[in-house]
Amino acid sequence: MTAAFSLHDVTLGYDRHPAVHHLTGSFATGSLTAVVGPNGSGKTTLLKGLTGHLAPLDGRLERNGLRQSDIAYLPQQAEIDRSFPISVMDTVLLGHWRAIGLFGAVTRAQRRQAEEALLAVGLDGFGRRPIASLSAGQFQRVLFARMLLQDCPVILLDEPFTSIDARTSADLLRVVVGWHGEGRTIIAVLHDLDQVRENFPDTLVIAREPVAWGATADVLRAEYLFQARQMAEGWDDGAEVCRRGVA
Amino acid sequence: MDPYAALIQPFVEFGFMRRALVACLALSVGSGPVGVLLVLRRMSLVGDALSHAVLPGAALGFMVAGLSLVVMSLGGFIAGLVVAILSGLVARVTPQREDASFAAFYLISLALGVLIVSTHGSNIDLMHILFGTILAVDDASLLLVVSIATLTLLALAVIGRGLIVECFDPGFLRAVGGHGAVVHFVFLTLVVMNLVAGFHALGTLMAVGLMMLPAVAARFWAGEVAPLVAASSAIAFASGYAGLLLSYHAALPSGPAIILVAGGVYVVSVVAGPRGGLWARFMPRRHLEA
Repeated sequence: MTAAFSLHDVTLGYDRHPAVHHLTGSFATGSLTAVVGPNGSGKTTLLKGLTGHLAPLDGRLERNGLRQSDIAYLPQQAEIDRSFPISVMDTVLLGHWRAIGLFGAVTRAQRRQAEEALLAVGLDGFGRRPIASLSAGQFQRVLFARMLLQDCPVILLDEPFTSIDARTSADLLRVVVGWHGEGRTIIAVLHDLDQVRENFPDTLVIAREPVAWGATADVLRAEYLFQARQMAEGWDDGAEVCRRGVA
Repeated sequence: MDPYAALIQPFVEFGFMRRALVACLALSVGSGPVGVLLVLRRMSLVGDALSHAVLPGAALGFMVAGLSLVVMSLGGFIAGLVVAILSGLVARVTPQREDASFAAFYLISLALGVLIVSTHGSNIDLMHILFGTILAVDDASLLLVVSIATLTLLALAVIGRGLIVECFDPGFLRAVGGHGAVVHFVFLTLVVMNLVAGFHALGTLMAVGLMMLPAVAARFWAGEVAPLVAASSAIAFASGYAGLLLSYHAALPSGPAIILVAGGVYVVSVVAGPRGGLWARFMPRRHLEA
């Protein structure tokens, strides 16, 4: 089986301090993987490394022919200005960026696709609303509609269901499972372990150091989760230079 | 005084009033959208910083070539652009935020400007750099101001989508490879260009007034980007027209008169604007059904 991402002893971090320390493994093409771990365990850092926004401090991360525009990335909401005066429809239409770019006009067919995407995420008829009027859950649905249009073979989701009610997360999870059925590679940072057990075939448990990676049933076991919780928090200013892997 | 004499006759009678009015129109058309985008990008004070940054370039141009429109504009443009590029560069390659790097570089630039101005004596023409004289706008300046407005509209038509996405969701633009940095620098160039256009009419100190005041006032009247731009340009031109008349009839300096009218429009907007104005806040209408 081919891999969408292969990691060879990858260390990712900031300012020489590792946030993901010596991770080796691969995300198979078409796999649906949950990334689980306590806060500060390097989950977001890992996604940034996979998208290419953060270069590894050490090791080798192969994207195996994926271009940047093949990867759809849903960050935690912090970076988006939700008070910006833009309509739901215009936001969703940005998903066509690869086709329309900076200058291209939006065709009628593309607009219809956007309406279908809104319908698929349960926001039929919301097109003209300004995004500032939406709730957090509705806004997350808009971002999923945009990703539907992006039509990327690889989708990275950073805590997509945090602070969202059960019905919304169930609806959006259906979209994710649908993507999996279409053969896309999906990696999602999640906190709800029951949700992971029910829907995600593969899981990576991470606590700065990789703890366990494989089939969800083998990985989400008490001993590994306990081990992940023992992770030393924080960042030691006086830390020694890491010698692991350097003979 | 009949309405014709009050509102129209000055422009019919005097060429300098007509040219000033056309300059105001061109400034409004160019600065309106630029100001709105600055506000939406939460860069309202960057316009202010850049307007100060223009000073040493304009002053140096004056030192080299006297009161030459071309040289002073070019000097101001280059100085503003250098500050914009250095600030943007520091913000993108270090963890420092852009507002902080802008503050640093515009202060350096301003100090250089003041140094140049003060070591070269108290030439009355230097007042022109600081305060401008819209009533002395000649054909060459008018051509410059109109060209800048035209170029601004064309450039915004090209980068508009990228600019809006870069303000609203910069992470997305990065992820789809949308050249956010290029769009940002083109936009900063437009800001500097419009400030240079403004300084001929209003001086470096107040050039930013006709850019920002109408834009922040428009936020109380319109919600979406296109109506905001229209409202901002309309307020800017109305302020220019009313300010010119005020300065003509009351024998006031024209630059401050124009900016003060724009300031008055802003205060009225804060009080009476339907979108979040004080009136709407304290006299709420009954809620709707859904």
